[in-house]
Amino acid sequence: MRAKYVMSEVFLGLWRNISMTVAMIITMAVSLSMLGAGLLLYNQVDVIEEYYQTNLEVVVYLERDIDQAMTDQINAELKDNDLVAEVVYESKEKALERFQETFEDSPDLVKSVDADVLPSAFRVKMKDIADAPELIKQFEEREGVYQVTNQREILQQVFDILGGAQRLTLVIALVQGVAALMLVANTIQVAAYSRRREVAIMKLVGAPNWFVQAPFVLEAVFAAVIGSVFAFGTLVAAKFLVIDGQFEDLFKLMPQIKMQAILVLLPILVGVSAVISAITAWITLRFNIKV
Amino acid sequence: MGRLTMRASTVRMKSRRNPCTAVTYGAETAEYATLVLEPPDRPCGSAVRLRLVIQLEGVTKHYPRSNRPSVEDVNVFIDKGEFVFFIGPTGAGKSTMIKLLLREEVPDKGKISVGDTDVTKLRRWKVPAYRRSIGCVFQDFRLLPNRTAAENVAFALEVIGKPRSVARRVVPEVLELVGLGGKEHRYPHELSGGEQQRVAVARAFVNRPLLLLADEPTGNLDPDTSIEIMRLLDRISRTGTTILMVTHDSNIVNQMRRRVIEIENGQIVRDQARGVYG
Repeated sequence: MRAKYVMSEVFLGLWRNISMTVAMIITMAVSLSMLGAGLLLYNQVDVIEEYYQTNLEVVVYLERDIDQAMTDQINAELKDNDLVAEVVYESKEKALERFQETFEDSPDLVKSVDADVLPSAFRVKMKDIADAPELIKQFEEREGVYQVTNQREILQQVFDILGGAQRLTLVIALVQGVAALMLVANTIQVAAYSRRREVAIMKLVGAPNWFVQAPFVLEAVFAAVIGSVFAFGTLVAAKFLVIDGQFEDLFKLMPQIKMQAILVLLPILVGVSAVISAITAWITLRFNIKV
Repeated sequence: MGRLTMRASTVRMKSRRNPCTAVTYGAETAEYATLVLEPPDRPCGSAVRLRLVIQLEGVTKHYPRSNRPSVEDVNVFIDKGEFVFFIGPTGAGKSTMIKLLLREEVPDKGKISVGDTDVTKLRRWKVPAYRRSIGCVFQDFRLLPNRTAAENVAFALEVIGKPRSVARRVVPEVLELVGLGGKEHRYPHELSGGEQQRVAVARAFVNRPLLLLADEPTGNLDPDTSIEIMRLLDRISRTGTTILMVTHDSNIVNQMRRRVIEIENGQIVRDQARGVYG
């Protein structure tokens, strides 16, 4: 009986104040989809890092006119180095093959390059990729070495972009989140005002505090749940339309964002938004409805 | 009533043959102390001391940052079933007293007990349960306009968790008692002022409270209707419910001749059994 009364008051309250309700749900949905996107990117950085951690190499490019003796000497030095796990020699011909593979979509570029232009190289697997700068320092100035590159540094740029995107989504999520909570507080105040007669009588006849507060808190929670469902829908739509759709090529460069990762977000978004909205509503009530 | 003087040092008993009748506070109100009559329904001075329902001892409440009326060292003792008029000019502190009794405010000093509850020590979460022992009636009725008379009364039961079967049984009874039999399904706007106030009284009484606070219940009613409401309150008081009624209506006070407590500038200046408006 009482549950029925509370529910009818919740929906009546949301309906009476429909424009505010819609605004609240929209801001919550935007905030939560940004939060969801931020969490996905965070997850993605982890996945990429793990994926490349074992495959990252330091590449020691040799001078073009290097002789066989010098090449063997460097090979031996690299193999003796404590930091190094494995050394693979890549001849000019091998390098050209790899180049042709990489740029097979651009035949003009492939045609313009022949084996002499490309340097031969040692692809060095490190025991720990974190020690790469030390190895680079040791070999960079050595005679016969043209350049030493750390793949991790190249990857770092990808991480920087992802990190930047992640920060951006989280900032938007935060700003929108604050706006959403302001709207929650406002909605609760309006609802408290339009229900002031009922509330006054309930307090007078001794209705328990939770019962007086329940309709208001549930209004906020209801809006939060609807908002997170919309946010979830947005993320799923983004997965199909953007990641797997229009920008498929761009996202092929990194490990795929799995549907599973998005599904996991639904309970997280619902939980986070419901709890925070409920707390906001409750705090607002403490100021608006005195015991 | 001898215990009153012993308990509160500010209370000065005027010498009377019957110590039960009039207790007067402060020298300036000495003239009131001459009224000595027993209330008709409560033989006092007998060996049986009825249970105290309200005890206010040295209650002080100031509002330093607003000009709301404060109360200063108030001592009041009211027995079960007593009917007490609470009079005094606007801003004297009557409403503050009501707020203190309802635990909407907490006194700065002093002790308030209602029934077995020490209101001053009451924890916040226990306030709702405490308020169930008090019924309230106001000048402006405070009915829910979108509910019928019966629904308004039932609302008070529903929100404190009483099952619907209780409401179905009790609500018609109490509406009959207040004289609204046959009008259960009317909305407030279909009722006269007096009838609306009857609904409010029914709502206040439906939980059989220990104490009924009435804040100018006849303030919006014409004299004849006021008398009817007073008859109703009198009937309720005879069931053992203590009634504390704030009023400015001198006719009613003078006709009823019940205990009168007069408050001025936050202090009790007169407390008199079978008093008049003065």
